[in-house]
Amino acid sequence: MSVAFDEKVHKTLADANLQLAIYRATGRLIDHRKHAVAATALPDYQELRTQANALKRHTIEHLDHYLEQFEANLTAHGGKAIYCQDATEVADFVLGLAKERGAHLIVKSKSMTTEEIDLNERLEHHNLESVETDLGEYILQLAHQRPYHIVAPALHLTRYDVGDLFARTLGVANETVVERQALIARAVLRQKFLAADIGISGANFLVADSGAVLLVENEGNARLTTSAPKIHIAVAGIEKLIPRAQDLAVFLKLLGRSATGQALTVYTSFLSGPRRAGEIDGPEEFYVVLLDNGRTKLLADPGKRESLYCIRCGACLNHCPVYRKIGGHSFPWVYSGPIGAIITPQFMGIEHEPSLPFASSLCGACAEVCPVKIDIPKVLLELRAEVKQAEERKGANRLERLAFKIWAWVMCHPRIYEMAAMAAASVAPAENGKWLRSAPAVMNLPPVRAWLSQRDLPPAPAKSFRELWRKR
Amino acid sequence: MSREATLNKVRTALGRSAGQGIAAPPPVRLRVEAHLEAHLEAHLEAHLEAIDMEARIASMLRAVEALAGKSRRAATGEDARSYVGAVLDGRSAVASNAPFLRECGVVDLAGVQSGFTDAAALRALCATAEVGITSADYALADTGTLVMLASPAEARLISLLPPVHIAVVPKERVLSGLDELFTILPHPAAQTSSMVLITGPSRTADIEQILVRGVHGPGEIHVVVVG
Repeated sequence: MSVAFDEKVHKTLADANLQLAIYRATGRLIDHRKHAVAATALPDYQELRTQANALKRHTIEHLDHYLEQFEANLTAHGGKAIYCQDATEVADFVLGLAKERGAHLIVKSKSMTTEEIDLNERLEHHNLESVETDLGEYILQLAHQRPYHIVAPALHLTRYDVGDLFARTLGVANETVVERQALIARAVLRQKFLAADIGISGANFLVADSGAVLLVENEGNARLTTSAPKIHIAVAGIEKLIPRAQDLAVFLKLLGRSATGQALTVYTSFLSGPRRAGEIDGPEEFYVVLLDNGRTKLLADPGKRESLYCIRCGACLNHCPVYRKIGGHSFPWVYSGPIGAIITPQFMGIEHEPSLPFASSLCGACAEVCPVKIDIPKVLLELRAEVKQAEERKGANRLERLAFKIWAWVMCHPRIYEMAAMAAASVAPAENGKWLRSAPAVMNLPPVRAWLSQRDLPPAPAKSFRELWRKR
Repeated sequence: MSREATLNKVRTALGRSAGQGIAAPPPVRLRVEAHLEAHLEAHLEAHLEAIDMEARIASMLRAVEALAGKSRRAATGEDARSYVGAVLDGRSAVASNAPFLRECGVVDLAGVQSGFTDAAALRALCATAEVGITSADYALADTGTLVMLASPAEARLISLLPPVHIAVVPKERVLSGLDELFTILPHPAAQTSSMVLITGPSRTADIEQILVRGVHGPGEIHVVVVG
């Protein structure tokens, strides 16, 4: 485990208020989802999951075809597809367009893909003002933090944190009533919407047969972002494609329910190109950035390709016993929880945070609630194997190998195992649950210390299992 | 440049070549009553006569209320007009160019401005008007959803900028749900650049998961089903 990861985990575990906030928020989301997908509310839930998985599998297996189909239909409706390989290419495209059009102010709706490429920072570096407009994302931008959760980005902050933050950054009175805080944000952001030159959104789905971008949201900020400014740019990972508009009937029924327990989010926008002749309002220019940024690396691996099926509902985070303890900011990248644990190493390389695939109990809750049926535990196991193989190539884990060899040998020799157990029991005090940790000689070995930092051997029982068994 | 590079990387990753055909996608999964599937829009009217329209409208009104919206059944256009007048209660409003609003006489109510074809003028008015009035192309009974297609009759900002949104919808437009919508409208992009589904008032729960309505879009929504 890297020092940074270890430190963040321990800091989160020690913060009682934060523990409560994470537990409450995820617990509520679990509850809402449970009711929304219950057999009485959605009788064909399992069939919909199967269909969603089949659709995603088909699209990903033929992604080149659907990218070209999407591009052709988008172009036919007057939009433009911009292929980008990485963060720099996206920033260069936006900067170039802003310069050509004399644009200064950008409004943004929530998008994990733009978080992934630090788009705001890159644009602000070139003196463009880029304002997040989702309430949670706006708070985080003012606080210079990254999202804590895919769906509930500011779940770790209290209304008192927000009151202080607004007072400090916006020069308003310290307001701790949430309704009034929302009104403050509404007033500031409404002016930004009406003055903005460019709106940047993400995309929940790209619809190939329509050349359309689909967005779901509850606040209306994505509608404003895509309707008010003269230019709309949607930034989407290439894996967001689905074949047909009609397939939305499947995905929309799953996405809102899995994320927040809503049958449909308040707003669902299906956008295909700029304003057409006769239409009264809407953007005059419409661009869709199709971003690779490591996705084709992942695509090349048939065993783990399914990681790209993800529709970012966040259900796996809420149901993960590890996420619920260590929170979102312990994870090394913008994607947290089980889905973050499988896509981060594949996007960034396993050397980026090699302990990430091990930060899981493999309980399988994530796979059970995934609306597109990604087998996250299977992918985690494959990644663990890769990490170990890489270490072996470097000859890095000799000590661990030796320890397990000795362990295996002892376990294969019952007499010796029994003697070792008796020896251990003779030094172990019967009451102390931290006995190994209180032995300084043991704790001086760094790998042993790391292992024991969160656990210990239980106190020795009066009689061993083997003794009891023999007496039967 | 990046176009070819990206597409080539995708093809290499998948072991495919440029222009290679594809396996058939999984069949479309839409669950609607059999005769609607067979006849589609050509026989929509006949279909609507055959179903229990009253149960459907009741579901629509119930679903809107469950989302903290207000709903109203109006027997006639005249009834709808007087309900809208009562909600307005002297407040300023901007109405869309939907012919149905004109039919009901809603656009003639005091304080209502309508007939905009210029984006800038409409936007300026929407930014200050207290109420936005529209019709809807469809409504979805199971979720209480309004389906709005941008067109010369319906602008995008009327249902978005004012803090209150009133939608006046003829009952024939109430569909059962998403499956029926995408059966009747398999290619929304063929008709409009923007199809928006509105399900209840604007809301957020981003601070401590406390529900707040009207953070960016209208915090108050009225759905009037007419007929």
